[in-house]
Amino acid sequence: MRRDAGGRADPIGLRGALADRLLVALIAAMALFATFALAGHEAAGQLAKRWQQGANAAVTVQIPNPTPARMEAALDALRALPSVREAQPVDTARMAELLRPWLGDVAGLPLPGVIELRLADLAADPVLIGDRVAEAVPGAVTEAHGVFVARLAAVARAVSAASLAVLLLVAVVGASVVVLAVRAGIAARRDSVMVLHMLGAADRDIAGRFAWRTAWLALLGAILGMALAAGLVWALLQLAGPMLPEITPQDLPWPDLAAIPSGAALVAWGAAMASILLWLRRLP
Amino acid sequence: MVRFGRVGLAYPTPQGDPGQAALRDVSFALGEGSFTWLLGPSGAGKSSILRLMQAAIRPTSGVVSVLGTDIGQAERAALPALRRKIGVVHQEFRLLPHLSAWDNVALPLRLVGRAEAAVRQDVNEILEWLGLAAKAGRAPAELSGGEQQRITIARAIITRPALLIADEPTSELDVFEARRLIALFVEMNRLGTAIVVATHSEDLPARHPARVITLAEGRIIDAP
Repeated sequence: MRRDAGGRADPIGLRGALADRLLVALIAAMALFATFALAGHEAAGQLAKRWQQGANAAVTVQIPNPTPARMEAALDALRALPSVREAQPVDTARMAELLRPWLGDVAGLPLPGVIELRLADLAADPVLIGDRVAEAVPGAVTEAHGVFVARLAAVARAVSAASLAVLLLVAVVGASVVVLAVRAGIAARRDSVMVLHMLGAADRDIAGRFAWRTAWLALLGAILGMALAAGLVWALLQLAGPMLPEITPQDLPWPDLAAIPSGAALVAWGAAMASILLWLRRLP
Repeated sequence: MVRFGRVGLAYPTPQGDPGQAALRDVSFALGEGSFTWLLGPSGAGKSSILRLMQAAIRPTSGVVSVLGTDIGQAERAALPALRRKIGVVHQEFRLLPHLSAWDNVALPLRLVGRAEAAVRQDVNEILEWLGLAAKAGRAPAELSGGEQQRITIARAIITRPALLIADEPTSELDVFEARRLIALFVEMNRLGTAIVVATHSEDLPARHPARVITLAEGRIIDAP
């Protein structure tokens, strides 16, 4: 007797009943999307994390001739703004440390005072902040490059979350594909299922035969899809390397990606079992 | 072994409403090792009685007890075990077309998880007994009607069921094959299996005298 994926006899003739190649191809496509989604989630998450670190000081204000009175006036003006959550002066020792790689020892240089701002709202207009502090302290200069980076980080976080949603959607669509394939399989082998039922086969045994076969096909399809997608992701990262030095192939969640085939098989098994058990409930 | 007590049966309509009654107030009892003919024209209710006996349907009213199980009240999960104790021979064979004759016969043993070595021994033995050993590897479509019927019987009795039911088992067979089949039933009955055969032919009970339950329009009209 022919055997199923679990090495068991195949009395229902599932090899012919389930549209093997079509199911494998569809699951491969789902696995490809899932791999892209998972890689996208991880890559966007990494970018968000690193960009967020760079955006911690969203806005900096430079105060030329930083006398204690001018620094105090600038801090008072900034702290009075509702869009500013926190305003802290950068101490001179830290400033010297930050400049050392470029300028060497800066002990003799007349450096401006620097105030780091954390904004309460990233949508706040840094130009208005700059105008307000310049009114209080003439000559003060506001730099807001960090706001742009922080917005990029927010976009990356959104992309990361959307990728997870896509992954969930792919799992739902994959399960639906399995259910449709199983229903077609039942329609093709209804007589055989009825014979097995009347010979005394338990529902779980009949459903298990469909489920294992379906899981095996899903595993094959997912391995194909995941391997193809992983190759494409690797190639994309090689191409994008100079533009996105923050992300390297090593940063991708390879263990999670490798789990996609077993995840697909599990989803297929569960969907097939549930679908067939539900159908068998109609029988006495 | 089998007891019907005032059994009524109505198949539901596609809309789910109770349809016309297929059985009305049917009562009888069959003992262990009995041989019974269910006689009556088409539509008399013979097949419905057999379907109730194999737990393929549940009665609309009354009590159907088979091998100690109340078919109407039993949990659904309890029915597969009961079905495995009953051999069934269908008029239209119901062999699985993608399996060989040998694998069709082995199916009930594999369903109960019998070891493959024991399956091999039992299947070979029964196919030898039925004169089909040489055709064990063939697909059902490659066998004659009589050979397919014998494979169906082999599948029905391979587990040595306490009860064997057959629905018009000779209708697709020629005279020679039909006589051979009935002789086989008689032999199995002699070995202790209770046999219930539904037929519309009065010739069969005449040739092989046994208890006859006669049905018409869903009622028993004669049951000595």
